[in-house]
Amino acid sequence: MKSLPGLSSRVERWKREHSSQIDDVKYTLYLWKRSPLSMIGLVVVAALVLVAFLAPYLAPYDPIEQNLSDRLLPPSREYIFGTDTLGRDILSRVLYGSRITLEIGIIITLIGGSIGTLLGIVAGYLGGKVDELLMRVTDMFFAFPRLILALAFAAALGPSLMNMIVAISVVDWPIYARLARAQALSAKREDYVEAARAIGAGTWRIIFSHILPVCISPIVVQVTLRLGDVILTAAGLGFLGLGAQPPTPEWGVMVSDGRNFIMNEWWIATFPGLAIMLVVLGFNLLGDGIRDIMDPRLRR
Amino acid sequence: MNLGTYVARRLGLMIFVLFGVLVITFIVSHVVPADPVAAVLGSQAPPELIEKVRHEWGLDRPLPEQFINYVWNMLHGNLGKSIRTDRPVSDDLLQYFPATIELSTAAIILAMVVGIPLGIISAVRRNKLSDHFARVFSIFGISMPVFWLGLLLLAVFYYKLGLLPSPGQLDMLLRPPPVVTGLITVDSLLAGDWIVFSNYLSHLALPAFVLGFASLASIARITRSSMLEVLRQDYIRTAKSKGLRKHVVITRHALRNALIPTATIIGLRYGSLLEGAVLTETIFAWPGVGRYAVGAILYLDFPAIMGSVLAIAVIYSLANLVVDIIYGVLDPRIRVGE
Repeated sequence: MKSLPGLSSRVERWKREHSSQIDDVKYTLYLWKRSPLSMIGLVVVAALVLVAFLAPYLAPYDPIEQNLSDRLLPPSREYIFGTDTLGRDILSRVLYGSRITLEIGIIITLIGGSIGTLLGIVAGYLGGKVDELLMRVTDMFFAFPRLILALAFAAALGPSLMNMIVAISVVDWPIYARLARAQALSAKREDYVEAARAIGAGTWRIIFSHILPVCISPIVVQVTLRLGDVILTAAGLGFLGLGAQPPTPEWGVMVSDGRNFIMNEWWIATFPGLAIMLVVLGFNLLGDGIRDIMDPRLRR
Repeated sequence: MNLGTYVARRLGLMIFVLFGVLVITFIVSHVVPADPVAAVLGSQAPPELIEKVRHEWGLDRPLPEQFINYVWNMLHGNLGKSIRTDRPVSDDLLQYFPATIELSTAAIILAMVVGIPLGIISAVRRNKLSDHFARVFSIFGISMPVFWLGLLLLAVFYYKLGLLPSPGQLDMLLRPPPVVTGLITVDSLLAGDWIVFSNYLSHLALPAFVLGFASLASIARITRSSMLEVLRQDYIRTAKSKGLRKHVVITRHALRNALIPTATIIGLRYGSLLEGAVLTETIFAWPGVGRYAVGAILYLDFPAIMGSVLAIAVIYSLANLVVDIIYGVLDPRIRVGE
């Protein structure tokens, strides 16, 4: 019992010392509340994550197992989204598909984001020829529409989910590289970096402990903004047969499965497509919201 | 910097970028695939045959030599021979490109005609109902999977309602006009064939809308935000206080400056329309480069895939170049800043 007053005074002191940060968080929350569209985005993204984790518990049927006596059934109480040509429950496939979509999004942004960020920071910090080289390489990548280049890489590597992920990552990193470079360029002129160099910190130490941290927040904003696009590209490649292969319940592949049945068995393509649209919409709304909230011009 | 120097500089950069495009397509076609020959001949092919084809294709030579050959061939318009059609890829591309150009031009015109006014209305009536509607509409636009939207609209407008014609460019019974430019709109007008012209436009409408939808959304978004920016400027206040009518201020004073970022987006979007075209053309059986490329992929027709990718990249870079030049004309400050 004795420790309680001590604790509360410590809490008080902590509150006092961190009052500016606490106000900042409160203000951020206030901005969130004022932006209903970003809240919707947040809810959609949270729902995606939840569904991905709980898919085995939520899905009424096995997403892969065929049940030929129940093929092409319209939505009903038994099969809420209907069944496909092989009698598989579309709802279960859409639910399991959320895992693949999330996986694709996370892996691509992790690979593309980390390679791009690292190269961008190194180039921005070192400057000179390294920087020139990197910028010219990114120019080349920007000369292609991204889906087309990803398509070329995916076709060259051979159609598979993993290869598609590699293909999109290869196309995606230059965006992060440019952003990180710009951040590193401004960070390296800061006094604290100068000070670190003066006390003899090595290049890598400066890059990792002084420059990288300041690059993280704009990169995170960029990641949220890019995720919707990445998921759309992945679904497009899946639709063209260059991504996940059957029977994987990937949404783009599922839309493609329903393509020839769109006149009568409309549910086969409609529900997975709706899922793609909702998730991309969610990420776009969330990304817009985060960008606006982090925008210092808007904050002050 | 005067306009001439500026354009020359941009052209120089363009040549560099195109060289980069060649480097990347070379890497994709010569370095990345485990074995393009096996991909074509199948894994069951006898090793001697594979060796022979490797030698014929020059794949047994050192990479730098292969690259020089590759660049040499590309510079001479020799994109190789398509495995699927057994014709030079360049001939195939020339045949399919007009359809893509017509589709994407129709799409961008549609996107501009709807997107720019939508953005202006949104900005002028900021936070009113029409603004919210326009914003939600545009965020839907950029979130829509093109291939899915195309399928749904086709199902509704063609199969269910019968309002729009089937996929393809013309009704079955109509003959395409004699080829002059390859663009059916132009050729049918030259031939004075109004029936074909109007039939073609009705076939073009839905794919152009589907393809243009995302661009419409980005154009509306960027027009809205740049318009908002411009409307805050002092010279707008001056114009208003001079007693000019609202629509004069908006169209004469604000719009011209607000359209600079819009011009950039339009150019960039024109390039990415080529990417949407791959999916849209597949859905609508549109005989363009996108559909050609997809057919080539399913057939593992590497020369055709790489030829299409290269051609699309060249058009994309050209579109960017044109944007930069228009940009320099619209806003002289940009030339100085170079």
